Amino acid sequence: MYDAPHTERDVDQKETKIAARNVQVFYGDTHAIKDVDVDIEDRTVTAFIGPSGCGKSTFLRCLNRMNDTIDVCRVEGEITLDGENIYDRKVDPVQLRAKVGMVFQKPNPFPKSIYDNVAYGPRIHGMAKNKAELDEIVEKSLRRGAIWDEVKDRLDAPGTGLSGGQQQRLCIARAVATEPEVLLMDEPCSALDPIATSQVEELIDELRTTYSVVIVTHSMQQAARVSQKTAFFHLGNLVEYGETGQIFTKPQDPRTESYITGRIG
Amino acid sequence: MTDATAQTPGEGSRHGGSLLAQDKLTKKRNAAETRFKAYGMIAIIIGLFFLVMLAVSILRSGIPAFTTYAVTLEMSVSEEEYAEAESQLLKTAAYTDLFTRNLEQALLERGMTEGVDQEAIERIVGKVGSDIREFYRSNEDQLGQPVEFQLSVSSRVEGYFAGRLTRDNISESRFITAADFDLVDQLEELGIISSIFDWNFITGADSGVDNPGGAGIGVSLVGSLVMMIVVLVLSLPIGVAASIYLEEFAPKNRFTDLIEVNISNLAAVPSIVFGILGLAVFIQFAHLPQSAPLVGGLVLTLMTLPTIIISTRASLKAVPPSIRDAALGVGASKMQSVFHHVLPLAMPGILTGTIIGLAQALGETAPLLLIGMVGFVAREYPNGLLDGFTEANSAMPAQIYTWASRSDAAFYEKAWGGIIILLLFLLTMNIIAIILRRRFERRW
Repeated sequence: MYDAPHTERDVDQKETKIAARNVQVFYGDTHAIKDVDVDIEDRTVTAFIGPSGCGKSTFLRCLNRMNDTIDVCRVEGEITLDGENIYDRKVDPVQLRAKVGMVFQKPNPFPKSIYDNVAYGPRIHGMAKNKAELDEIVEKSLRRGAIWDEVKDRLDAPGTGLSGGQQQRLCIARAVATEPEVLLMDEPCSALDPIATSQVEELIDELRTTYSVVIVTHSMQQAARVSQKTAFFHLGNLVEYGETGQIFTKPQDPRTESYITGRIG
Repeated sequence: MTDATAQTPGEGSRHGGSLLAQDKLTKKRNAAETRFKAYGMIAIIIGLFFLVMLAVSILRSGIPAFTTYAVTLEMSVSEEEYAEAESQLLKTAAYTDLFTRNLEQALLERGMTEGVDQEAIERIVGKVGSDIREFYRSNEDQLGQPVEFQLSVSSRVEGYFAGRLTRDNISESRFITAADFDLVDQLEELGIISSIFDWNFITGADSGVDNPGGAGIGVSLVGSLVMMIVVLVLSLPIGVAASIYLEEFAPKNRFTDLIEVNISNLAAVPSIVFGILGLAVFIQFAHLPQSAPLVGGLVLTLMTLPTIIISTRASLKAVPPSIRDAALGVGASKMQSVFHHVLPLAMPGILTGTIIGLAQALGETAPLLLIGMVGFVAREYPNGLLDGFTEANSAMPAQIYTWASRSDAAFYEKAWGGIIILLLFLLTMNIIAIILRRRFERRW
């Protein structure tokens, strides 16, 4: 089932964007992530797969320090972005999150107009000097989010009035508007129907040309369709990480094999 | 899985029997539901019944406070008459004479044959002379012109109209005689005495214990308004800032838990405790002026803060965390995410809490009595905006309490009328809150 598309997969070695070394995450006394080492490449879609509660979303949220908002959460080890440790004391998480954007599981547009949703990030980061520049950023971002044609006539309409798939693409447009270098996606299609899912997947594939995209997904087909690299998490461990084609066809670890064939998870 | 397929529908099945007949359990459940609905209906009917009772009794007792009986007479005073009256020793008596003469004239025109007793007129109309003199002294250009005077009748005649005094239960005195009531009836028939809307009740100040007719709630209404401004200006920003800090920024530990419990407890502290606290701290220690609406406002702020903090925290909690995530995800700081996204969404809830708090504060009497804002203090309007805060004044509920405790039954009527004004004030506040809330919510 997975064989055909994988054979021609782009497997060039690219430079490492994010490197995680020996990462441990604790929620209070629970050890949620154990000894994770991973190198995420630039201009690549990396998929995190694994059964529920395996820690893949937790690890994703470590990459832009969203876990900081949870009081009991503690992160140990080293995660570097372009060689800089993002957990260094001098790093302001706000600055980091401008570089590492995030799209969430449930579409969460602000209860504002479509325009304001996209313009919010550039506004607070002072990216536009005037209205014309802001308009340009908004249009560019909505085009990148593959939603421009659907909303160009009603930019003043509320973002929450769009359909689920449109909302999620709006959220992606909002995330790319701040021109991040890495885009984290936490199960971006789990609330969408198959048509909207395929639209978002196409979009992810396009985004790969500019960004490093990390996507958490429950759907193995989706991981196989959109990613070049796949990491399989199980019970807080990174069990296996490698080329997507290889993971799905010749998994090295018996646990990976059990999961992708549907025996566990 | 295999068990389910083995089970045959029909008698052996748990849900056997016809769908057209209700089984025992279903009947029981449906009966319970019907009973519960009935309880609910009964509860609502009882509630409505008491509400209607309350509204009817307030309106029936309070409406008479808004009308007063007045002698309406068109008369003119020439310049010579004015000069002559001003030259006399008993100036008001001269004006009373003028009035009586004109009244007799008017009565003759309307077909009354016998003359009227001037003393009886004076007993009925009260301080007519000084009213007319006051008018001409400030409007000398009206001399020689016909002017329509509306002069309120004495409180005893008011009492006669209200049914409190009758020919049988009065003791004849120099204030009233039974024969006066015959004259009053005649004057009413001839259209000289009629009931008019009593603007003085809404705009006036409290009167002495012996003059219920002249009592108005206007000054204490201003006192209440000033207090509400103080409460709003202090408690809204302090309460919202405290809630935002506690809810969004403060670490969750024992200490913040303790603060939270204490705030909840403060909301249940009896208001008189706040009153005595205000007396000790604001007046005896800080030496702020006694009976001042500023102090009243400060005391009521202490009372209102817990209510506002509790409701603000609840509405902040109700904002979905996904909105915070979204803001943080695009690189907003914690404060930006709160002020740009969370607070606007929580605004309707915050406003509701604020209005509930203000409404509570508006009706509070006990703490005001302790800091000296009793009703009889409200004798005149403050001279300016600033004096409105620091000059001794009363507030509506304290005024109502004062009236209700006075011996003259006419004041009892005024107290009911005051309650109507208080409720209207409250209603206005609520309507403003609803409009504001709609405006914030209309954003989708």
